[in-house]
Amino acid sequence: MRIARIPAAALVALAGLGMVLPGAARAEEAANGHGSEIEAQDWSFAPPLGSFNQAQLQRGYRVYKEICANCHSMRFLSYRNLGELGGPHFSPKAIETLAAQVQVTDGPDDKGQMFQRPGRAADPFRSPFANDQAARAANNGALPPDLSVIAKAREGGPDYIYALLTGYRKPPAGFDLTQGMQYNTAFPGHQIAMPNPLVDGVVPYTDGTKPTVDNYAKDVSAFLMWAAEPKLEERHKLGARVMIFLLVFAVIMYLSKRAVWARLHRRDHAHNA
Amino acid sequence: MAHPSTYQPASGIEKWLDTRLPIPRVMHDQFMVIPTPRNLNYWWTFGGILAFMLAVQMMTGIVLAMHFVPTPEGAFDSVEKIMRDVNWGWLLRYAHAVGASMFFLAVYIHSFRGLYYGSYKAPREVLWILGVVILLLMIATAFMGYSLVWGQMSFWAVTVITNLFSSLDSLIPGLGTTLVEWIWGGFSVGGPTLNRLYALHYLFPFVIAGIVILHIWALHVAGSNNPTGVEVKTEKDTIPFHPYYSIKDGFALVMFLLLFAALLFYAPNLLGHADNYIPANPLQTPPHIVPEWYFLPFYAILRAIPNKLFGVIGLLGSIGVLVFIPWLDTSRIRSTRYRPIYKWFFWLFVITCLGLGYLGSQAPEGWYLFFGRLATFYYFAFFLLVMPIVGLIERPKKLPGSITQSVLGPEPSRAAEPPPASQEPVREGVA
Repeated sequence: MRIARIPAAALVALAGLGMVLPGAARAEEAANGHGSEIEAQDWSFAPPLGSFNQAQLQRGYRVYKEICANCHSMRFLSYRNLGELGGPHFSPKAIETLAAQVQVTDGPDDKGQMFQRPGRAADPFRSPFANDQAARAANNGALPPDLSVIAKAREGGPDYIYALLTGYRKPPAGFDLTQGMQYNTAFPGHQIAMPNPLVDGVVPYTDGTKPTVDNYAKDVSAFLMWAAEPKLEERHKLGARVMIFLLVFAVIMYLSKRAVWARLHRRDHAHNA
Repeated sequence: MAHPSTYQPASGIEKWLDTRLPIPRVMHDQFMVIPTPRNLNYWWTFGGILAFMLAVQMMTGIVLAMHFVPTPEGAFDSVEKIMRDVNWGWLLRYAHAVGASMFFLAVYIHSFRGLYYGSYKAPREVLWILGVVILLLMIATAFMGYSLVWGQMSFWAVTVITNLFSSLDSLIPGLGTTLVEWIWGGFSVGGPTLNRLYALHYLFPFVIAGIVILHIWALHVAGSNNPTGVEVKTEKDTIPFHPYYSIKDGFALVMFLLLFAALLFYAPNLLGHADNYIPANPLQTPPHIVPEWYFLPFYAILRAIPNKLFGVIGLLGSIGVLVFIPWLDTSRIRSTRYRPIYKWFFWLFVITCLGLGYLGSQAPEGWYLFFGRLATFYYFAFFLLVMPIVGLIERPKKLPGSITQSVLGPEPSRAAEPPPASQEPVREGVA
């Protein structure tokens, strides 16, 4: 019998796995390339097994609603999404109440008139401004970006958002800060138009979590990650099953391959004898 | 390999079909009993992996196309809708996006395998050229597919790449501009551009599938090359494809799928770029326009050449030169395993390609540009100078007498055996 060799394909795949798995925690929130200070945080949803913390997402939504939503839209989300499993998972009743707090323009009715009605679960999140021009006009010329996929649209993902929200400082001596801008350690170029949005205690928490800027920033970053990747939990769960299946399958295939090729090796052996 | 058919129709319907459209006979002869060199290593499993990946891309792609809206206003939103509201849409879309990367990983390994073992040499020139055509079509298809997301990187990649044709203005004033506007269907990248990119992105995979059939046909006429590069001499050098290589390819495919699944489920955006989650904005250029990783070496070549027209020629030439390899390589033997001088140049070439990939991701300035130019020079010198010259001056190592000898060693007793043609052909394991 010949000595079993480790197949090249196996090595390639294993090397690939070796690269992916430890780096995977960082993968979705990959290193930031602006020379800014962004530290990796411990997130409950880090791969391969992580899932969202439901209470954290509910707190994060509260921060978004009270603070961010004053300027930032989230046009890919509807109120119904807040009730989904693997998300904030608010009760249907809570969602109805949340949605009904906004007035939505609907119509036209039988007489061709547009009318206002309370929001429903199926309605998309109401945008704070009618259009981009109105948003710029209200924000000193700067356009607050839509936050639906912001956690995937910035290098660093939730780490970046957390660093940004906690990165407001006095500019260092000699830094030439433009009028109306703020200094931020995480923002590329360090000049950001958005004023520091978070102050300790500005949003009341009811679950005993300390209402600090640090907690607000963490919670809203997690919420935005969920908003960008609402199927993350489902993905991690399915991934675990698929990986286990493939690993078992690989072992079976390897043993089968050995068994089939052993016939050939036996024949060679018989010839040589 | 051409070999007499051994197919025996077993049932009535098979007999009936055999005299009308003998598909079972072709399947039996070409994919079951086809004699295959007995010494193929795991680098040979990527052909089957590629066929699998083409099927994955087409199947996920067709379902994605059912939900995609090819308009500048609808494209980005419809992709997000697929991710959120379509059943299993997130899985389909990530499988398609990560699948493109896996497809290119496999095709690059497959190509380097062909290059290393001299699989392009006679009588496999047409087989090789068909492979180059498939690679070119894959590049075009992947580029168009990436544009459909209509994020910032999509939009600006289309703008940069289609604008390359404007370099023809330096040959005939107005020619390039006219051509670019014809491609765009307007005066800038916009709705008409997106619509035609979508149509062609749907068409090309079927063209690829057609050429893959020709590629396999050519393979089955000449027969597989093998790690020694020594042609099959007797039936003893071969084994039937099934079960030996079906099981070996199957195992390799499962290992490949492990890597695919790890990326798909745990880091689906690892190989992508964050900027492509920002909707396309024609008024705002991203700070760095970078292609997907599998295009980076070609991008580095494009940017290494200072003149725009020559840059484009270099870009096209970096693929085009591959067509001529069968005639550029003057070596009498195929496999680099037995080429003591060439093998150093070969591995330097591999390093150069990886290096070009890194340099393509960096800004073209300073040392990056210097090394980009050096690597571009070697990329072409490898084909145009090393291949013709080393083949002439090199003295290859002694080749094994046959494939069987390379596996089992030269046995005096084997040499004394009667001529193998009279031997019982290998039949074991054949259904």
